[in-house]
Amino acid sequence: MKILVPLKRTADPDNANKIKIGAGGAKIETTGLEPKANPFDEYAVEASLRLIENGQTKARNAGDKLTVVSFGPKEAATNIRQALAMGGDDGLLFLSDDESLDGDLVARALARVVEQQKPDLVVLGKQAVDGDSNQVGQILAELLQWPSATFAMSIELSADKKTAIVGREVDGGVIKLKLTLPAVITVDLRIVAPKSVVNHVTPATFNYPEGARFTPLPMIIKAKTKPIVEAPIASLGVEGALKSKYASFALPPARKGGVKVKDVAELVQKLRTEAKVL
Amino acid sequence: MSKILVVAEVSGAKLKKTTLSAIGFARAAGLPFDVLVLGQGVGAAAEELRAYGAGAVKVADGAALANYVGETFAPTVSEAAKGYSVVVVTASSFGKDLAPRVAARLGAGFASDIAGVENAGGALSYKRPMYAGNALATMQITTPVQVVSVRQSEFEAAAPSGGSSPVEAVAVAPAPLAGRVEFVSFDEVKSARPELAEAKVVVSGGRSLKSAEGFKTVLEPLVDVMGAAMGASRAAVDAGYVPNDLQVGQTGKVVAPKLYIAVGISGAIQHIAGMKNSKVIVAINKDPEAPIFQLADYGLVADLYKAVPELTEAVKKIRAEG
Ligand SMILES: Cc1cc2nc3c(=O)[nH]c(=O)nc-3n(C[C@H](O)[C@H](O)[C@H](O)COP(=O)(O)OP(=O)(O)OC[C@H]3O[C@@H](n4cnc5c(N)ncnc54)[C@H](O)[C@@H]3O)c2cc1C
Repeated sequence: MKILVPLKRTADPDNANKIKIGAGGAKIETTGLEPKANPFDEYAVEASLRLIENGQTKARNAGDKLTVVSFGPKEAATNIRQALAMGGDDGLLFLSDDESLDGDLVARALARVVEQQKPDLVVLGKQAVDGDSNQVGQILAELLQWPSATFAMSIELSADKKTAIVGREVDGGVIKLKLTLPAVITVDLRIVAPKSVVNHVTPATFNYPEGARFTPLPMIIKAKTKPIVEAPIASLGVEGALKSKYASFALPPARKGGVKVKDVAELVQKLRTEAKVL
Repeated sequence: MSKILVVAEVSGAKLKKTTLSAIGFARAAGLPFDVLVLGQGVGAAAEELRAYGAGAVKVADGAALANYVGETFAPTVSEAAKGYSVVVVTASSFGKDLAPRVAARLGAGFASDIAGVENAGGALSYKRPMYAGNALATMQITTPVQVVSVRQSEFEAAAPSGGSSPVEAVAVAPAPLAGRVEFVSFDEVKSARPELAEAKVVVSGGRSLKSAEGFKTVLEPLVDVMGAAMGASRAAVDAGYVPNDLQVGQTGKVVAPKLYIAVGISGAIQHIAGMKNSKVIVAINKDPEAPIFQLADYGLVADLYKAVPELTEAVKKIRAEG
């Protein structure tokens, strides 16, 4: 089975409150924030590895392969490399800058990559934590005319690898869909829980550690020899006009911190007489 | 003349309140609108929608639409959208899944999870939060047809305006992918409490509640005496203390109630993104340095296991006094 995982280089999401607005509102400045892989994309890598390996022995079937693709600056190779250290086999980097991309263009470019790579599954993060749009997977599925399931919190791959039952985190509960591969899946946070991915190879008794895996030194060293092919995004032949454009950016109105109350009695009194919410 | 198509959301054939925020968007944009409702046996939902001033209420009713599956809904919405300049749906999990698919099918630009709209002589521009709400962008869509999803907490639920829009049936479009994606089940989490996104008061708990039992015995009495919806941090959801859809935050639900009480929640950026527009924020945390205090209107540095039962009793007393 071949899996393709798109990965975006984003500014450190845990410090998103340190972004600045530059050039009179024309730009979001992320200088000083460490660039990291979008966490949801990291989870997509983790979930994909769990689909193709035996979790217990870490053995993989010969034909199975995980390719990581990114659209971004040259430096995004570092983030791809990190995913290869987790266990990805190879990487593709299509050079482009953020301003010349929108979700639609990324999806159209990905559709071309899919035509070339012919994966059985594309596994994406449900959203990038910088743009917060939550769109690429859905658009890609439509462009490819592949079945899809968004916001996956569980994936059960059939033993013959022809279908997958995906649990989707939705308002009010969990929807299960059965997809016939090839398919598109976008993952939510809970996809990295210990038993979220079932592939009928990993023993049912096995528990993965919570979260995306750590990369031990030998894996990092090994990843240095794995291929990452770089090409300009134009080489994919997608027409570059953007369907949306950002005119300006601003900081949201700041919220002032309030007061500390000394005990529950004072809290109740303030909520009644001052805030008038009790 | 520009016209908006509002896509309604139903659950079990019942109209969901999320729909009213999408109608709120249409009113804020100041453009005429129709409403499209899809599902099976949605006659009553359509009837209900006639009171909101829509030019027409369009109904696609059929067994193929009994359960929401993007692959079956998107073709019908896209067909029905012909002739409209804007298609809008609320960014619930339904809208988040559906809207980009419709945009792709229409070759339209998409604005996701917007918090505001401006109509300057017919040209719409949208405000949308990015970077976990730490930036507010103004954007435009450059295609003739535009698709937007709206943040429920930022668009007031439309009130009925009287009138009775005509109801028109529209065809259920063929769904070529239907054979390759099959609806298996919906495991519904039933709760008698108000829905998170609609509640006037939200009480949320974090990792510090330590177990499902902790939520039940310590937090829930407060939730219930307040008539509140219950929320949680990601840490509490990941640990399995409460169902997934109670997660408040950047990647969960965004809420803006009159009163938000954060109990034993540190105030990580991703959590704050989902509640910072609440009118009044209360934080109870034993760590005086917890970041949540930087935005709380009222902060109480205390052990929640002592403070929450006390607060519950105090509110009970107030309620009893009327
Ligand atoms: C991609 C991604 C997306 C995310 N999305 C979200 C999201 O949507 N929503 C979200 O909430 N998080 C999200 N997170 C997680 C977020 O970063 C934090 O990890 C999470 O919010 C922490 O939850 P918490 O406050 O319950 O736990 P902690 O950060 O561990 O805080 C626990 C708090 O409880 C206090 N405490 C402990 N015991 C007591 C006691 N007895 N009495 C009073 N106080 C006590 C402590 O002082 C501490 O402040 C996301 C993370 C990532 C990487």
